[in-house]
Amino acid sequence: MSTPPTPSDATRTPSGLHVPGYVRDPDTHPPLDYPEYGSTALRHPKRPLTLLPHMLTEITAPVLGQDRLGELDHDLTRQHEEEPQGQRIIVHGQVRDSDGRPVPHTLVEIWQANAGGRYRHTSDNWPAPLDPHFTGVGRALTDAEGHYRFVTIRPGAYPWRNHRNAWRPAHIHFSLFGRAFTQRLVTQMYFPDDPLFFQDPMWNSVPDPKARERMLASYDHDATEPEWALAYRWDVVLRGREQTPFESEEEILEDDE
Amino acid sequence: MSTYPTTPSQTVGPYLHIGLPWPDGPYAVDEDVPGALWIRGTVHDGAGATVPDALVETWQADPEGRFDHPDDPRGARAHPGFRAFGRCPTDASGAYGIRTLKPGPVPGPHGDQAPHIDVSVFARGMLNRVVTRLYFPEEEAANAADPVLNGIGDPEARATLVARREEDGYRFDIRLQGEGETVFFDV
Ligand SMILES: [Fe+2]
Repeated sequence: MSTPPTPSDATRTPSGLHVPGYVRDPDTHPPLDYPEYGSTALRHPKRPLTLLPHMLTEITAPVLGQDRLGELDHDLTRQHEEEPQGQRIIVHGQVRDSDGRPVPHTLVEIWQANAGGRYRHTSDNWPAPLDPHFTGVGRALTDAEGHYRFVTIRPGAYPWRNHRNAWRPAHIHFSLFGRAFTQRLVTQMYFPDDPLFFQDPMWNSVPDPKARERMLASYDHDATEPEWALAYRWDVVLRGREQTPFESEEEILEDDE
Repeated sequence: MSTYPTTPSQTVGPYLHIGLPWPDGPYAVDEDVPGALWIRGTVHDGAGATVPDALVETWQADPEGRFDHPDDPRGARAHPGFRAFGRCPTDASGAYGIRTLKPGPVPGPHGDQAPHIDVSVFARGMLNRVVTRLYFPEEEAANAADPVLNGIGDPEARATLVARREEDGYRFDIRLQGEGETVFFDV
């Protein structure tokens, strides 16, 4: 194994152990209380959140390996005897932290509706067909440079009951671990030029319009494979490390050891 | 310096069950490891109703307070049969269960933290996860000295973070809103 990309900036004192935490990014995320998304009403805490300093439990996370993956987990078009209906696409990108450092060997999990907009889930009963050749679940590890790649089909939009004539824009659910508990992220990837954003409370719950754009994949002609599949690129940025507090303190520590 | 702005969180939605649960998810520890116990609980919403479409994840130190992770300055150390990470969707009655080991105390900047488990809750109707911590009822002295518990002034609120002893482990119910609302953290 090569040395880890993040140096250990821990500071030991007679009474304890200080480790650098991760940058907080509250302006990026949607509020937990968002009336336009009706189901948030009874599911958001009323008491303000308590600040949790980042200590060892928060700067670590499970190191999950290849043993979590099946051979075809990254290719949602090859998990059944025949290919699923719909437009075959490649979805790929890089997972980085906010300092631009790639996040290598981290688990990326996705789930999505089929081409007709229906999930293989017992409580999804709207009158769109299920596809016997599509489960809609994928897993991959990022490589040494933080890159991931899935082959799937483009999911359809689907209706829900949040407001009159409510439709979710086409999206793929993404779950990422990163290398620290603080970096854990569950989000959704959207497709460019979707006409449904204006009425979608999930999209609109992200307060900063520029931050919304970061949930948008871009069409990637270079990665598109001739006579086979269109490609979309979507990079994910997880929170980065806080800066080392005091360099001089580190030097003192090195002298001690 | 932060150069790249981060990607926003979105809800897991109503169909998280197809994508996130693992067959071995609830088993943070192999079944035959001595000391294995169950953390069980129910997730409730602000009307007191149970939440059948949530996912609970746990992350913690091993019984010696160590992590199998390169950023632990004491060095990564694996505990045999122990993944330290648990993941369990709630069932139709809003209940979850994680099979794990009791963690040891973990060093903090000003002395040890009491044994604790970091808990994330994801659900339909939640645009981001919420994070809480589980502490152990028999650790009275360590809990009294814990920097995170001590940061919570209201004793009733603090009590929401302490699990209840049960015959084969602990009970840790999670109330997302309203009476008895669990303390949640800004991580
Ligand atoms: Fe969805």
